[in-house]
Amino acid sequence: MDLDPVLLARLQFAFTISFHIIFPSFTIGLAAYIATLLGMWLRTGQDRYQLLARFWTKIFAVSFGMGVVSGIVLSYQFGTNWSRFSVVTGNVIGPAIGYEVLTAFFLEATFLGVLLFGWNRVPPWLSALSAAIVAFGTAVSAFWILSANSWMQTPTGHEVRDGIAYPVDWLKIIFNPSFPYRLAHMLTAAYLTTALVVLAVGARYLVAGRHEADGRTMVRMAIGMIAILAPLQLLIGDLHGLNTLKHQPIKIAAMEAHWDGSKPGDFHIFAWPDEKNEVNRFAISIPRGSSLVLTHDANGLFPGLKSVPPSERPPVVPVFFAFRIMVGIGLLMIATGLLGAFLWWRGKLVTTRWYLQIVQYFWPLGFIAVLCGWITTEVGRQPWIAYGILRTADAISPVSAASVLTTLILFVIVYGIVFTMGLYYINRLIVRGPQGRAIEPPGHDTPSRPLAAAHDAAREAIGS
Amino acid sequence: MEIYIPVIWALLIGTAVALYVILDGFDLGIGILFPYAKEEKEQDQMINSIAPFWDGNEPWLVLGGGGLWVAFPHAYAVVMPALYLPVIVMLLGLIFRGVAFEFRTVADTSKKYWTFAFAGGSTIAAFCQGLILGGIIQGIKVENGQFAGGTFDFATPFALLCGLGVVTGYALLGACWLVMKTEGPVAERAREHAKPLLLGVLAFMGVVSLWTPLAFPPIRERWFSLPNILFLWPIPVITALTAYLAWRWLEAGREIPPFLAAILLFMLGYVGLAISVFPYLVPFSMTVWDASAVPSSQLFLLIGTLPLLPIILMYTGFVYYIFRGKLREGEGYH
Repeated sequence: MDLDPVLLARLQFAFTISFHIIFPSFTIGLAAYIATLLGMWLRTGQDRYQLLARFWTKIFAVSFGMGVVSGIVLSYQFGTNWSRFSVVTGNVIGPAIGYEVLTAFFLEATFLGVLLFGWNRVPPWLSALSAAIVAFGTAVSAFWILSANSWMQTPTGHEVRDGIAYPVDWLKIIFNPSFPYRLAHMLTAAYLTTALVVLAVGARYLVAGRHEADGRTMVRMAIGMIAILAPLQLLIGDLHGLNTLKHQPIKIAAMEAHWDGSKPGDFHIFAWPDEKNEVNRFAISIPRGSSLVLTHDANGLFPGLKSVPPSERPPVVPVFFAFRIMVGIGLLMIATGLLGAFLWWRGKLVTTRWYLQIVQYFWPLGFIAVLCGWITTEVGRQPWIAYGILRTADAISPVSAASVLTTLILFVIVYGIVFTMGLYYINRLIVRGPQGRAIEPPGHDTPSRPLAAAHDAAREAIGS
Repeated sequence: MEIYIPVIWALLIGTAVALYVILDGFDLGIGILFPYAKEEKEQDQMINSIAPFWDGNEPWLVLGGGGLWVAFPHAYAVVMPALYLPVIVMLLGLIFRGVAFEFRTVADTSKKYWTFAFAGGSTIAAFCQGLILGGIIQGIKVENGQFAGGTFDFATPFALLCGLGVVTGYALLGACWLVMKTEGPVAERAREHAKPLLLGVLAFMGVVSLWTPLAFPPIRERWFSLPNILFLWPIPVITALTAYLAWRWLEAGREIPPFLAAILLFMLGYVGLAISVFPYLVPFSMTVWDASAVPSSQLFLLIGTLPLLPIILMYTGFVYYIFRGKLREGEGYH
């Protein structure tokens, strides 16, 4: 059997990067949430905020650890599996990766130690500051990584000589056309993903009648975030789409399964894009819906897939469906947020059982949406790895297909074990819930101490 | 000026790798020593002594690998495919040990598996790092700027020797760390382990020091020609002296000096290897200048690195300061 080394290298990278992105999607938002909780602890002096923060910090630590180790893998895979890519683009996007490590990774990884283990060694403000630094680090990390990725989508500020990209204007390279939209879209997605997890966990406690005070705090804080960010994300996504239409029209054509650019585009709620015959089967469509969204004109035209030969098109089916799933989940998030806000306004948010019973299962939604979004944009960039500069098929390393297959199998096994157990352990932490008592920071002595301690002891005694 | 930038980058990446080797070296060493702990409580104590630091030690690995890509894309594109299997197996080892930190504390009945994963992952990662080191020193087949060898070219007796040497060396660093940071039976046992490990490290350094000049003429030329030997002879002498002092300090029950001596030993070995291969990044086919990114890229990152690196070192130092002294009772994972 002949193995296709390009396909294997792509499968391996798709697998490892999909695994990796799950964790940053969660930890970017969770770090900010923990920092917020610790800020509330500092301001109110209520120990339950410290307990809640420490509860989420444990979950953060498990997730961050998986994110770190799966991220290290990626920084080496550029060389092991994509050595041509590293040579062709290294001059231009290499520095972004370098700056990610220097400005973000060191910061978050180092101060996480203080956040996790410093409770009885540092004053409360330093714990809170460490959480804020970790949150800042995760966002800065996203800045650089998304800048590099966006350059692969919409390269500017460079020139190509002998097939190799050379930097010309660093500002244009970093702030390339799709970068601001991608950054806003991904950061918002990360905060939404975390908010949905917090919402689901809080709802789960309320439904089960455990940790009710904490559950109420979580549900309210999460709904506050979702009700604002989910509608905002729709707007950002729309702007991102318009930007893509301008710079990567064929990706948009694939997302909409729009074949013929001489006619206005329908929005297909469902369809099966038949790539061989260049038509859609079983389509349920809103006539001219796509034209309306993309050109803000029902008669507007935008390029179709047939405007380029098949060799220049991305695979349509995955792009088309991934985009639909992402948008569908986005709409569900908006509904969740708005309904939650409405219930809150009526004073019934934390007592409406049917609502809580449903949203307690919503924790995976953000992750699925993020993965689908990335599938849309990454598969939609094909057949290019760096758009217009280097084709994916020309980017691989001179290593044997057997090596790539072997390591792919190893990755699947190892990640399978690690992911399953990680999920299992996070669930176990959630089942246990916030517990124990507040840790006394050094030199911390306030008049309310005995009372708070008694309160904690009582909580522990009744097992809440 | 342009001719110096690649050298500055080689020094910076060299420094990052050296810091990685020291910092992750002692925490990988803890994993290598894990099977020798008598009970689970001792293992908890060992892992708690490094828990606040290990996350912060990993970026040096990415800076080493990522820095190589940024500053020397041609070398990165040759070294990574050539050492494909050891690099990826090292990463898998690091994954197992990395998640084991957190998983061990949450697991109940499955804790023993993660203890095993921590020990196994650490040992495998250390061994693979040795293979990578050996694989680079012995040279890589390059044609037209691309790796042109086979999958198992790296797997030579020399690389295996380096693999075992790195495992022993990391175990020594780990043992000396435990002497410094823990108390009771764990510290006592670490002190007992450190002595044979010290002898082992010396033996490996001796064999590598004899093997490389015999097997690789450019290295022989570098060390034994005049006037080089006049400048270089102190290195082996200082190495022997450091090892002797480390032994004495271990015997005398000192707590911090053995760790510092172990670090110095590592650095001497490292400098020795750097002297052997410089200016080659891929011995003996690609120099730092052949492998360089364009000056603009190297300069662009250098401008940020020069102020950022001291800041990173400062806050890293600050965190080590916060968690200074012996591990306290009940500290670490709860």
